[in-house]
Amino acid sequence: MEHDDLRALTAAYALDGLDPDEERALEEHVRHCAECRADLASFRETAVALATDVEPVPPPPHLREQILQTVRAERATVVPLRRRLALPVAAAFAAAACAAAVGLGVWAVSLSHRLDARPQAVQLVGAQGRLVVTPSGEGTLVVSGLRPAPTGKTYEAWVIRGGQATPAGTFHGGSGRTAVALTAPIPDGAVVGVTLERAPGASQPSQAPLFTSQPV
Amino acid sequence: MAVLALPARPPGRIQMRRDLAHLSDEALVALVARGDDRALAELYDRLGRVAYGLALRIVRDRALAEDVVQDAFLAVWRSASRFLAERGRARTWVLMLVHRRAVDLVRREEPRRGEPLESVPAETGEATEDEAWLRLERERVHSALRRLPDPQREAIELAYFGGFTQSELAERLGEPLGTIKSRMFAGLARLRELLEDTGVEEGPWSTTTSEH
Repeated sequence: MEHDDLRALTAAYALDGLDPDEERALEEHVRHCAECRADLASFRETAVALATDVEPVPPPPHLREQILQTVRAERATVVPLRRRLALPVAAAFAAAACAAAVGLGVWAVSLSHRLDARPQAVQLVGAQGRLVVTPSGEGTLVVSGLRPAPTGKTYEAWVIRGGQATPAGTFHGGSGRTAVALTAPIPDGAVVGVTLERAPGASQPSQAPLFTSQPV
Repeated sequence: MAVLALPARPPGRIQMRRDLAHLSDEALVALVARGDDRALAELYDRLGRVAYGLALRIVRDRALAEDVVQDAFLAVWRSASRFLAERGRARTWVLMLVHRRAVDLVRREEPRRGEPLESVPAETGEATEDEAWLRLERERVHSALRRLPDPQREAIELAYFGGFTQSELAERLGEPLGTIKSRMFAGLARLRELLEDTGVEEGPWSTTTSEH
């Protein structure tokens, strides 16, 4: 199907009203089409407004406990967090803990799944892409769909570990996929975070990371 | 584009841990992603009534609606780390999960569709600030819906609340599929416009760029 045909399906998709084949076609299309993705996002908000048109009904009281018991049981089956590692990194961006929470949160969760083997590539949180690290600790950050840094600003990557953020290079984004060879080594247990700084770059981050990697 | 929306005034860590009530829905989802079940409980306390009301409206059965809400909140727990604030509000995400599950269920339980809704317990308890907001919001959505041409409103409501796909609707209403498709698109686009015109809150799609 062509872009226009698929775009015409975005409203029905937001209403969960597409037939399965069209649904799959649109899902495939929006992966590459920012215009349809934006359309879909806005239609979703509109569709969810319909939920507001329904009288809210208090769920039966036992449902809350039932849900919480299930999630606690699920959590009990995973390895406890290694807080020794989690805290210093949190401290690095403590002033903006809330914004960082997504990245750090995922990090904490992924730690619990992590085995001792060191992964070659980890996903980014908050942006599309990955961080690839060689066994010797050289890192390359690959990010897709990052809009260009505004005039006078630059993206800056940081290697964050043990409460320290080390500058690891600047870049501008905006060319579909950006690959950045990081200028600082990535030790085991570190995360890479990216902030927007005044050009030509800062020696310490001035804000919470826009996105982070999962820990290597 | 692919950046997280940064809150203007992030609360400190200590406050964040002790006082979930002051956190945004999005921040709660971030905590859920790191395995915080209290954050999930808070999210449930905020959205459970709307979620259950929505599920009930679609599946028309209390036990099934419970299943839907439970499934949806377990999905929130398991996939919170994949939630991206830039793609929309957390509330939207959670209610989408609820809606999707309700619709999937009603499609499997075909005979239920179109049955009258069993009586629903009346609202009890005092009106909180949230409820007052919900009531206003509901009036706003309701009046926007009333301003849609009947065929467009019908297509939207049958899809969203009835769980009908476009081709099922075409068959039921005896209309060409193309007609249903354009009614649904035009209707939702018009509704979006009407809600934007009267909206007190800014839709996240207008702020997909960060403020740096």
